[in-house]
Amino acid sequence: MATAVRALIHVPRQVRRGDVVEIRATIAHVMETGHRPDSEGSRVPRDIVTRFECQLDGTPVFAADVYPAVAANPYFAFALRAERSGTLVLTWEGDRGFRHRETTALEVT
Amino acid sequence: MTLRRRTLVLAGGAGLAFGVGPARAALSPALVEAVQGWAGSAAPPRAGRVRLEIAPLVENGNAVPISIKVESPMTAADHVREIAVFTEKNPQLDVVRFHLVPANGRAEVATRIRLATSQHVVALARLSDGSVWQHAVDVLVTLAACIEG
Repeated sequence: MATAVRALIHVPRQVRRGDVVEIRATIAHVMETGHRPDSEGSRVPRDIVTRFECQLDGTPVFAADVYPAVAANPYFAFALRAERSGTLVLTWEGDRGFRHRETTALEVT
Repeated sequence: MTLRRRTLVLAGGAGLAFGVGPARAALSPALVEAVQGWAGSAAPPRAGRVRLEIAPLVENGNAVPISIKVESPMTAADHVREIAVFTEKNPQLDVVRFHLVPANGRAEVATRIRLATSQHVVALARLSDGSVWQHAVDVLVTLAACIEG
């Protein structure tokens, strides 16, 4: 898979200390369920994202175990109480060795 | 055509009444088994505290927005540990499991799921005290997610 993986992450700007903010993340991925037959009648092998994680300065703050029933281009939104500025690291793992990592700043004023 | 559309609207209305009415249809045994497998040997899941938001009438089962909110102060002593979603009639009943921590501040998550047909969708929350809460919604799907190819 030489093509670049596209991921979108939304973190609110100008967050005040103590605010609970919503973090949203989407990644481009087919999420092939493994339940569909192809034109030859044989089953298309499963190719999904199986795990999504978010860490703030190395501390896990959110994770998801993902099954084929999550729609293509998986989207996850979750809340986070902003106590201090830090670095958010988001990782996706999946079938066929799929692995993607994004880093973004959480700026708390 | 007009007649067909009217029939659909009626069906949708019936589905809505079904979902919020007190006489909700029982969950299928397979779904109950999947839920129990996740909930463990503790007391069976109780209704309340969890709210699953999903449209009662879905036109396209390929990407159905859902959100789950749990009433919880999200403190170290009292917080939501895990939120799980199951379907009744998809090829695989598991949909997604979210792992939360007190730092989340609010027990609110959202995603988009696939629905193979009209069915119940169940959201469950496991709290830090070990209790499990659930909310089931009956969803009518007019165009299913393509599992047939």
